[in-house]
Formats: sequence, C-alpha cells, structure tokens
Amino acid sequence: MHPFEYAAPETLPDALALLREHGEDAKVLAGGQSLVPILTYRLAKPRLVVDINALPFGEVTAENGRLRLGALVRHHQLEESETIRRRCPVLADAARLIGNVRVRSLGTVGGSLAHADPAAELPAVMTALDARLTLASAGGQRHVDARDFFTGLLTTALSSEELLVAIDVPAVPAHGWAVEELSRRAGDFAVVAVVALVSVDRQGHVDDARVAFAGVADQPVRARAAEDALRGHEPTTERLGRAATAARAALAPPSDAFVSGEYRRLVAGVLCRRALARAVARALEAR
Amino acid sequence: MIARMVLNGRPRELDVRPEQTLLEALRDTLGIFDVKEGCGEGVCGVCTVLLDGRPVSSCLVLAPAVRGRAVTTLRGLERDGGLHPLQEAFVRYGAVQCGFCTPGMLLTALAFLEREPRPDRERIRAALEGNLCRCTGYTKIVDAVEAYVRDNGHG
Repeated sequence: MHPFEYAAPETLPDALALLREHGEDAKVLAGGQSLVPILTYRLAKPRLVVDINALPFGEVTAENGRLRLGALVRHHQLEESETIRRRCPVLADAARLIGNVRVRSLGTVGGSLAHADPAAELPAVMTALDARLTLASAGGQRHVDARDFFTGLLTTALSSEELLVAIDVPAVPAHGWAVEELSRRAGDFAVVAVVALVSVDRQGHVDDARVAFAGVADQPVRARAAEDALRGHEPTTERLGRAATAARAALAPPSDAFVSGEYRRLVAGVLCRRALARAVARALEAR
Repeated sequence: MIARMVLNGRPRELDVRPEQTLLEALRDTLGIFDVKEGCGEGVCGVCTVLLDGRPVSSCLVLAPAVRGRAVTTLRGLERDGGLHPLQEAFVRYGAVQCGFCTPGMLLTALAFLEREPRPDRERIRAALEGNLCRCTGYTKIVDAVEAYVRDNGHG
C-alpha cells in the first residue's frame, strides 16, 4: 500500500468535514472488504482514509412499514437479524451469497452499495426493492432512489464529499421472494444473479412483480419487461417462462475472460425462471 | 500511531502505520507467526483471525482499525499450555497435511460452532467453504470437526 493518513472521526459532522476538506484525495473505509484490496493493489492512492466505523450507523430498525438500515449494518446482521427475516427475508437470502464468511463479518450494506460492483448482490436487491438512500454532506442531506443511485461501473450518484448514511427499504411481507445466482466457485462474485419479488392477489393474479439482475451490465438492471409480462396475470409455469424470456431478451450482457455475453444471457433467463417460480410459490404460501 | 487492542486475552499496545494490515502488524511487528499469509486478498482464509469473535481476513483489516477490539489468533486457543480439543481432533483424524490452512480452518470452525453448536456434516462443509486447502481434499478436516462436535458435548 502507498502511505496515507488515517482518521477515525467519531461524529458525522467531523466525518463530513473531512470529506469536504479532502474531496477526491480521501477514501471512506467501512468494512474494507473492497477498499483494502484496492489499496493493497495500489489501484487507489488516497492521501487520507476516513474510517467511519465509529459512527452510529450499525442498526436495523423497523417503522411504519419500512426498514431502515444504517450504512454500517454488516452482511452477517442481514443474515441473522430477526427483524430482517420477518419483514424483508430477501435481504437475508442475498446476504448469504455475499463473498465468504469473513467478508460477511465486516462488509457493510453501505459499503457494498457505494462500491457498486456490477456483480454484487445488494445493489440488485435494493434496485428490486425500490430502496431509498440517504446521502449526507456538510451541506445537508438528500435522498436518492436506488434506481438513480447506480450510474455505471463502480460509479454512483455519491459525490466525493458525500457519505451514504442510511438505506430505507419498503417492507414487503406479502411478497414471495427468491435470489438465484450462478458463480464459478463458492465465494466468487456472481456470473449472473437475479432477485425476484412477487405478490399474488386473492384472485390468484400477480399483483406486483419486481425483478432485478446483477452481473449482466455495468450496473444493476431492473427487468421491466418481465414485470409487465406478469402483472395482472395468473402465474402459471407458461407465464413465468414467458416473463423470463422477456427478461432475457432485454439483456445484452458483456463477455469476460470466463464467460461469453451470450452464455450470461442464457443463464440469466434460466435463473430468472427459477427465481420467479420460487417467489410465486412463497407468495402463494404466504396468502 | 498507537493501537490498543486485546490480543489473545491480553491488552496490548501496538505501534502501527495506517497502511499496515492487521496481518502485517501481527507477523512483522509482534512475531505472531501462527497467522499465515496466503492470497493477500481475502479469498483463501489462511490469515483468518477472530475479531470480537467473528472470523475476518487479517489481510483485509487495516491495523489502526482494530483499536479497542479483541483479536484472537490460533495461539489464543491454547488450553493450559496444551492443544485445544479441536486441534487434537485435527491430529487424530489426519486433518493436517502441510498445515498452512490449519490455523484458519480451526478459528473458522470454532467461531461457527459458537453460533451453531450441533451442525450436521453439510453445515460444517458450508461453514468451511471460504477456507481453501490444497492438500487434504477437505474430507478429513470435516471428519475432525464432526468428531469434535460429537465428542465434546456441544449443544
């Protein structure tokens, strides 16, 4: 690592003052599970690392049908929290797929979103959930919807003087859910991951459907075509297949050293069909 | 800068540089060589230590960030100067070949068993999936953990 200075502010105003003062020369350290390798490989050479772990953003709270996750909530909390399991179990299922157990010990929700790896699970989950992110700077706070937060490869709406402090998630207790992913080895980033949330009304028709992919573009992708193909219809196997085909048709995933874009697209369709089937089964159970 | 921590049950003050990892501080500054360096990027699990009881890759923790926290390395498992019963199980079941992955395997397994004292074989395999071993083929490691669970009245 290149040498840098280290600060561990104990209040939000202190942290924000540091970010305002140092701008692009500062990097925020949360769980460090992406930042530390980046520093080790000298892909970033900040002059200052601002360790925000002393800030009080580690709580999961539920209020008015919403879940509020502090930006420093760790992945293992998503796996283990009773509140999460009851109100938004898709977050627990997604967290289990993140990296390895050591990454989940330290890695944070805010860190994963701010890092914005296109193959990461949580950005896709937050996109599917229509989460709202709270960004703070020395000048005040603003809210950004997940769909507007991710702007490209490892790039978000955060400016260099802003800090992601909280994520509000609408609780979806009536929705069936599923997270499906294919990765090359245990612990690897997903080749493709898909998140599905489906609710079914009393007539047995799909009331609400949300589908989002990771790994198929430079940022999370919401599969509107699949959602439209489901909404208002009976979720038959044939209908789910049609929705998955619609989702696949809208994708143009990139190739990399291991996997061609065409293979990714094929896998996306298969995983989407499986995720929808499981989400629908859970939605019917919950009715 | 000075980082105060509790290392294997004892308070320690450690002079660290911001750009030092916990792994480097433990090995290079303190000479604690039961922590090994493997991949250096958090994938292999060889440098696992427990931070407040949870497994972390010490290569992915900045040394100054451990101030005020409890760090456990393999030697923190010592019982009255002897081996921990899980270590004995590893010996008995031939779960150690080159030994390089062993500290990480032991710490990961024990942290897991704290939370889930009576896992079945599949759960043990899943708990250790983030720790790579290039010798044993894992079977004997899982055997050893399974035997330890059976013989040590967990749960």
